[in-house]
Formats: sequence, structure tokens, C-alpha cells
Amino acid sequence: MLWRHITGEPRWELTRNPFNELDRIRREMDVLREGLSGGQWREAFAGVFPLMNVTEDKNNYYVRAELPGIPSNELDISVTGDTLSVSGEKVVPSEDENAKYHRRERDAGSFSRVISLPGQVDTDEVEAKSENGILTVTLPKAESTKPKQITVKAN
Amino acid sequence: MTTNESKSLQAREKSEVSSSMEQTRPGPVFTPTVDIFETPENLTLVADLPGVTPDDLNIDLKDSILTLSGEVAQEAGKDEQDILREYRTGTYLREFTLSEMIDQQGIEAKLKDGVLTLTLPKVKAATPRKVTVKAT
Repeated sequence: MLWRHITGEPRWELTRNPFNELDRIRREMDVLREGLSGGQWREAFAGVFPLMNVTEDKNNYYVRAELPGIPSNELDISVTGDTLSVSGEKVVPSEDENAKYHRRERDAGSFSRVISLPGQVDTDEVEAKSENGILTVTLPKAESTKPKQITVKAN
Repeated sequence: MTTNESKSLQAREKSEVSSSMEQTRPGPVFTPTVDIFETPENLTLVADLPGVTPDDLNIDLKDSILTLSGEVAQEAGKDEQDILREYRTGTYLREFTLSEMIDQQGIEAKLKDGVLTLTLPKVKAATPRKVTVKAT
């Protein structure tokens, strides 16, 4: 995996901050190290609810977040240019007065998070779905940021 | 419904456990957050299990030990590369020792939006009876 990332596709685009690339390589190294030693893997942690995983493939960015107990119609998702914001509220219904609690670990409350994506997205085509408490937002990359094949004309 | 409007949710990393049980699947094991409450008739357990499908959830009650386990499939597709990774997925596992007698036939489990609600009815003999003392 790592080898392919370094040698494979031309990833050192001018628009990218090289430090982001270094960060990414460091993360990949962490993944490798975790695989080898089975040790703890610490990640970049913004500390804002909800925690998000962002991935990309050729055409899309994918943003995922674990939001158990929050129905999709309670979520407020908006996209502008290259930022995605997700906000909502988690409601933990309280039981009747007779209920005695043994444990109460699940939190209720409101949340709001903004995340910057590495590139512009096609805001009209963004899709979000919520399944089993996991929100997945699929953000197609804008045409201008997709790699373009350029053919050389022969005269 | 009681919610505190001003309260905002804090991001918490999942607490990882080193399981005492032998594992058949590699990967991290997490403790899900739960609410447990008791009414005179039922013991109810509510657990946050994001990403667990009904097929991958196992609920087992044996010798008054209740075991919850759920596996989360890899969520990212094959061609996707990580840009940011703040949480990990793996197996959820938690065990409880129940002190009450539970009517095994009447157990109900419901999984919705990644939240499991497990209703464990108490055996009739275990429901409290009020004893009135007669004055003679």
C-alpha cells in the first residue's frame, strides 16, 4: 500500500501542501506500525463531536461519522465549496419516574462540526445517507480538481 | 423528553478493551456506552452500537451473564484512501452480570439507528411485593 502511494500515482500536485502529504505518509506509517506491533494507534484528533473519517477515491470524497440514535431527518448537513458542516442534536429520551438507573453513560446534547475537504466539491451532487447509526456523505469532486488526461496533438 | 439545550456533545474516543476471551477476528475491541435502568417489571439496557447490523449482533444470556457483541464491517470501499481518520471500527463487546432473575422467553431486542434497546422482563417471583405489616 505504502509503496504504491509513494511511487504510484503522481500525488505531488502543486496545489497540495507538501506537509499534508508528509502527514499522510506518517499516518500510513502508523497504520503499518500498528499492523506489525499490534500497538496503540493514535490519530489526528480534532476533539469535536462527531469524530469523522474522511477517505477519497478517484471521483469522490467520503465523510463518515458515527451518530448512533440520531435519525437522518434530525441531521442538518450543508456544503459550500470545500467545507462540509454537520449539525444536529442527540436526544436520549428519559424514562418514566419509576425507572432507577444502574448506568448512564450515553450523552445527549447538540453538536455542530465543520470540516474542510482537500479540494472543491460538486455541491449539487452531494449525497448523504444514514445507516445503522453511521452517516456517510459522498461528495463528488468538482470537475476542476479531478485529474485530467491531456493528449498531445501531433501535427 | 428531557434534554439540556445548552449542553453540547463532547467527542470521546472509544474505550478499547483487551478482551479476556479468545478472539476469532483480528482488530480492536471496544466497550459500547450503555444506559441500564430498572422498572418494577423490566430491566432495560440501551447501548450505542453504531455500524452494527442486526445480523452481526449477538446477545447471549447464560447463567445470569449477559453478553453483547457486535461486529462492524470495514466501512470504506477498496479503492478509498484515508485522508483523515479519527475513529476506528472493530468489535463491540460488553458483559454484564445480572442480579435479577430474567424471564428468558420474554426478552425483546430492538436495533434502530445503531442503538440497541434490550428489554429483559423480570421473573414474576422477583418483582417486589409490598409487605404490609398488620397492627394487632
